[in-house]
Amino acid sequence: MPLLDVKEIGITFGGLRAVGNFSIQLEPGELVGLIGPNGAGKTTIFNMLTGVYKPTEGEIRISGRLANGKKPYQIVNEGVARTFQNIRLFKNLTVLDNIKTAFHKDMRYSTVEAVLRLPAFWREEAEIDRKARELLGLFNMEEDADTIAANMPYGKQRKLEICRALATSPQMLFLDEPAAGMNPQETRELMNTIHFIRDKFKVAILLIEHDMSLVMGICERLVVIDYGMIIAKGKPEEIKTNKKVIEAYLGS
Amino acid sequence: MHKKVIQKYAVNLAGVVAVFLLILLLMGMGVVNNYMTGILIFTGINIIMAASLNLATGYLGQLVLGHAGFMAIGAYAAALFALNTEMPDLPTLVGGMAIGGAVAGLFGILIGIPALRLRGDYLGIVTLGFGEIIRIALLNLPFTGGAAGLRRIPKLVNFNILYVAVVLTITFLFLFVRSRHGRAIHSIKEDEIAAESVGIPTTFYKVYGFAVSAFLAGVGGSLFAFYQSILDPRKFTFMLSVEFFIIVVLGGMGSITGTILAALLLSFANEFLYSVENFRLVIYALLLITMMIFKPDGLLGTREFSLNGLLDRVKTLVGKSFPKSKR
Repeated sequence: MPLLDVKEIGITFGGLRAVGNFSIQLEPGELVGLIGPNGAGKTTIFNMLTGVYKPTEGEIRISGRLANGKKPYQIVNEGVARTFQNIRLFKNLTVLDNIKTAFHKDMRYSTVEAVLRLPAFWREEAEIDRKARELLGLFNMEEDADTIAANMPYGKQRKLEICRALATSPQMLFLDEPAAGMNPQETRELMNTIHFIRDKFKVAILLIEHDMSLVMGICERLVVIDYGMIIAKGKPEEIKTNKKVIEAYLGS
Repeated sequence: MHKKVIQKYAVNLAGVVAVFLLILLLMGMGVVNNYMTGILIFTGINIIMAASLNLATGYLGQLVLGHAGFMAIGAYAAALFALNTEMPDLPTLVGGMAIGGAVAGLFGILIGIPALRLRGDYLGIVTLGFGEIIRIALLNLPFTGGAAGLRRIPKLVNFNILYVAVVLTITFLFLFVRSRHGRAIHSIKEDEIAAESVGIPTTFYKVYGFAVSAFLAGVGGSLFAFYQSILDPRKFTFMLSVEFFIIVVLGGMGSITGTILAALLLSFANEFLYSVENFRLVIYALLLITMMIFKPDGLLGTREFSLNGLLDRVKTLVGKSFPKSKR
């Protein structure tokens, strides 16, 4: 059974059909790219998969369970984490608190236990403090733990956002244009990071990206969409020579 | 629990007790007279009100302009409870505070569920309307005494009791915001979409934070009722809500100690400004405009004054000026 099984979903805003007949399967540990020209509907698809929008047709199954109409935080509980095209961090919180916030769903202590500072509070807080620092350590950011997130350089903010997504212990990670605004050097580092994440955390990764070198370099499979419809699927080599894709990107 | 934590709590407790003893001493010496004690008590109520508003505004990031409404609900609930029961003083006081808080908190949930779908100015307008509705309702309901208000409410609050209530409220707020619940609430202010995307049930926490804020406002209202012993709906106008809001903005949204500082400052400034009554609000406005220009984050921004931090700094200062000779 695939981790993610999407069958012919679509969404209509008013009279505009932004996405239609979109299907995709993700197996554990896969690295799949979702590409297409600007305005093709890539982010809309992400928003449907993560519960921000409710698809008007089709069905989404996560580990076999129907996920249509679930709220974004419920989708997170199903094991899906995402990042955003324009980085969305908790800007005025420290790096460490950004990560700790993402551990919320793993914590159980109640308000009373928190306010009276009962043992459950100390135990769980110590536990996530350790986990959060460990996670930061994996990305060489342990020294930035007490920095305010907004004060970090751009590349690190991207990394922190991915790190925060991983803190929810997902089985699937959706990255929305992680290389946007990065220079070639940073993009190469990002490629390594993505590989590292997949191997270390054993997550399936679905990637939206414009940077063709990144996509061709790391994705095992590509799905190309244009005007909300899938126009091609397959291995990077096949996509490279696909007529429809070239047409969509270069305009005939 | 770690030794360090206990030490920190002990320092804070010592600070709180020291301030209390200092005020008692000043009262004993006659430096703080009855009139000033009265001001102190109102300041304390203002601190509770503004600090609770800070939870909704500074931490949850919602514009709430009807906080006086929750205060009124708490005050009337507590007063009606006290007037309709025959109990010794302490149970009446504690029961009144609990009921005042609970009823206000309940209203917080009821108002919060529909209203918190709105954001920014729109939420401000709805809460403003809510505050007015409460005031008009209190004027016209059969059991609230109408415009004549409620009278002969037992006067149960004195300075000592109020001081304890303020300390408990502030302590509660600090412990609350520094927990997973507080983090969840804070993350909503920072970025609601991101909060939802890392598994925070934002709708729940918005209503929850709003209700806790309303609960504490109700407690503040009940203290007000038990101190004033007379309740008049005309007290709980929009302007009162704005005053709480000004305290929060002046102290810094997201700083509880800033709220305390601003409440002290404004309450005493108010007293001096009564001599120029007509200009009071003009001076208020000037104060706010000046602050927006020079210190847009408020007096403390999102920082907190910390006795432990102060001690640490003193220690390092002392350490620098008297370096230990051993190498």
